[in-house]
Amino acid sequence: MDIKVRVWRQSGPSAGGKMVAYDVKGISPDASFLEMIDVLNETLILDGDDPIAFDHDCREGICGACSMVINGVAHGPEKATTTCQLHMRKFKDGDVIDVEPWRAAAFPVIKDLIVDRSAFDQIIQAGGYISAPTGTAPDAHATPVPKKDADLAFEAATCIGCGACVAACPNGSSMLFTAAKISHLGLMPQGQPERDSRVIDMLQAQDDAGFGGCTNAGECTMVCPKGIPLSLIGRLNSDYRKAITKR
Amino acid sequence: MAATEFWSEGEPVVDKAAPDGPVETRWDRRKFSAKLVNPANRRKLTVIIVGTGLAGGSAAATLAEAGYHVKSYCYQDSPRRAHSIAAQGGINAAKNYRNDGDSVYRLFYDTVKGGDFRARESNVYRLAQVSVNIIDQCVAQGVPFAREYGGLLDNRSFGGTQVSRTFYARGQTGQQLLLGAYQALERQIGLGNVEMNARHEMLELIIVDGKARGIVVRDMVTGEISTEFADAVVLASGGYGNVFFLSTNAKGCNVTASWRAHRKGALFANPCYTQIHPTCIPESGSHQSKLTLMSESLRNDGRVWVPKAQKDTRKASDIPEDERDYYLERIYPSFGNLVPRDIASRAAKNVCDEGRGVGPGGLGVYLDFADAISRLGRKAVEAKYGNLFEMYERITGEDPYEQPMRIYPAVHYTMGGLWVDYDLQSTVPGLFVVGEANFSDHGANRLGASALMQGLADGYFVLPNTISNYLASGPFPKVTETDAPVVEARKQVEDRIEKFLSIDGDRTVDSFHRELGHIMWEYCGMERTEEGLTKAIGLIRALKEEFWTRVKVPGKGEELNQNLEKAGRVADFIELGELMCIDALHRRESCGGHFRGESQTPDGEALRHDDEFSYAAAWEYFGADGKPTLHKEDLNFEYVHPSTRSYK
Repeated sequence: MDIKVRVWRQSGPSAGGKMVAYDVKGISPDASFLEMIDVLNETLILDGDDPIAFDHDCREGICGACSMVINGVAHGPEKATTTCQLHMRKFKDGDVIDVEPWRAAAFPVIKDLIVDRSAFDQIIQAGGYISAPTGTAPDAHATPVPKKDADLAFEAATCIGCGACVAACPNGSSMLFTAAKISHLGLMPQGQPERDSRVIDMLQAQDDAGFGGCTNAGECTMVCPKGIPLSLIGRLNSDYRKAITKR
Repeated sequence: MAATEFWSEGEPVVDKAAPDGPVETRWDRRKFSAKLVNPANRRKLTVIIVGTGLAGGSAAATLAEAGYHVKSYCYQDSPRRAHSIAAQGGINAAKNYRNDGDSVYRLFYDTVKGGDFRARESNVYRLAQVSVNIIDQCVAQGVPFAREYGGLLDNRSFGGTQVSRTFYARGQTGQQLLLGAYQALERQIGLGNVEMNARHEMLELIIVDGKARGIVVRDMVTGEISTEFADAVVLASGGYGNVFFLSTNAKGCNVTASWRAHRKGALFANPCYTQIHPTCIPESGSHQSKLTLMSESLRNDGRVWVPKAQKDTRKASDIPEDERDYYLERIYPSFGNLVPRDIASRAAKNVCDEGRGVGPGGLGVYLDFADAISRLGRKAVEAKYGNLFEMYERITGEDPYEQPMRIYPAVHYTMGGLWVDYDLQSTVPGLFVVGEANFSDHGANRLGASALMQGLADGYFVLPNTISNYLASGPFPKVTETDAPVVEARKQVEDRIEKFLSIDGDRTVDSFHRELGHIMWEYCGMERTEEGLTKAIGLIRALKEEFWTRVKVPGKGEELNQNLEKAGRVADFIELGELMCIDALHRRESCGGHFRGESQTPDGEALRHDDEFSYAAAWEYFGADGKPTLHKEDLNFEYVHPSTRSYK
């Protein structure tokens, strides 16, 4: 297939950026979207141009590194699919495809399509864990967990921390990301002792990092490659109300 | 053959840390004999840890909890993205929750045997022992393992074992275990006990007075080079499967941290032991940038077959039952589709070599779920493997509920790595190596669901106990920027970067990487021969020369420059590739993941030569004569006596 991509180029955090168009010819429909960019980059390098910088690593949809807004949609047109798992067969010959970085106040652009998502790590630092220092654990079967809870916790825990939810949110809110972790840990019996402080501290960290507030737009869940449901934000809000009233 | 044309032989290498006596109590006795560090003194001691996967992340969290000052580095933008995250199938532990005859001893036995008698008994026994603590630890952290309706943990049987000892979280076990370690690590970062440096790459090891005392790192955002000091350095930088260019590793996985340490004196053991995983999605074209694994848990319910006839181009559904060859079930009736990975991979290669492969280029075999779907129902299959089926469909555009998956072997894991003693200390004092980066526990072949076990065993339970014995003799004299070895290490990094940028040739870094990968896959892949390996060494040497004269690295050093990063990694992979071929050439036997064409039984099975090769091959970096030096560590089997691995 022959396509045209228009890519956001920005040389550094404080530089201005712009969309630049490139023709990519003879791409196999079986190539992944990132492989299409790889092929483009090979020609850019040999032509003496600066190749397009982008985050990627596992290329199998689980590490959460890849992060492109494709035709205005975080991770592109295919539902529940990361950029790296999107294949060119989902596009048509002759398509013009816009490629931009995540855009959110809390995710500043570093270069081209690469943004700084360390704010997510700060939210986890604030309480996205169960305090269980190595060696302190009782036998794994000491506390049974109802299958229903374990399965729900797992669903929430599949969040890959890519940040598409933030990129899609009109407010740049990280509520779905935070809610996923709150739900995962809050559904496990091991997570109960810190349940109240966790939700309060993580929400504070989220605000401190510059994420916007949630107004239930729901666009986060639409782009989430793992299909984290919006209802988890309800769980978070409920946990928060309970925690704050106990203070 | 002219063995010495390619290598020299030096003194044997001996594991001085390994206790003797009954294997069951060796770990307890080592823990007791290891010196401890007074809690009040721990915060005066700094440990550098490179890599934040299961081994590095768990080690960083645990050492910080113990009170040490930890400096952690990863090349990804967050420690949560280390490639452990992609492990699908599960983690073994000798809990015997199924009451099916499992025990620490059986896990030990299976692992030594599965490793084709090329691993150390002491290490493997310890691994089996601490496996049970890992599950407890992870559950306490809130890892959402699969559970039964009664609320207890579910187990499944996994490639090559006949007991159900594998704990799992759907097809995302690695992700869940890594997030557990990552969250423990983030907690320590938040408490100020760990200084986290994401998007930083280690480019050199600093050795002062014979001890590992620091690293030279490049900030991958600004390009700034800095020197970082500590009382001990831990490498948890993963395996080197990307030497093949196409592998199931993440694109960033590299050997540079290990290779830089190797160049500075750390022996590299058994580099030729690579695991080719039988169930990966076949290549689709020249654009291919990596390969994707389909968890081998799929082999529990999927049946592997190819058409009986050569070049059979009919659709799978049009091939009648009696014209299909379920070759694993036929050749290995007692293990069937669950034979260990090396055996399943080579069997797939053999049927494809016979011209019976399926899909584009005939490089694929079917993994068929039709029986499982009719026996268990689609819903049950979906519950077990849903995400894997979806992933397959996204990549190939084919629906595995309707037609069988096509799979082909791909490089997946490397058993070789830096040589370490029982304490996980390399031959450079103060340099410890954990997880896939070391060579210690899997011998010549790793069993399924054992990588996660080893990574977490090393990080949570082994290293924190053994490193204290070393640190107890610290703190060591202060190291400063102006010390000669520090100045030299920094200069090595700066000169190398300068060199990459100044060549300004006409070939991209990736083009060299692809070419190296082709050479390695062709001659050092699933079957190796003296002729092929000798040829490969010549090709790699020529490639190396070409690389250093024709590579084109755009941009500058003082900026985010992904091609500069790649150039450094590929330069090291080229050197490693040569050593792998030399190691494969010297080992004139077949064992585990290393199959030598010249060493097979009349019916084509691997033939070991225990009389000659019952040792770990630890290599010293290419000396002045341009040849690596072989140091042998003899392996003794007091408990599990070497026998022919038979899965028939």
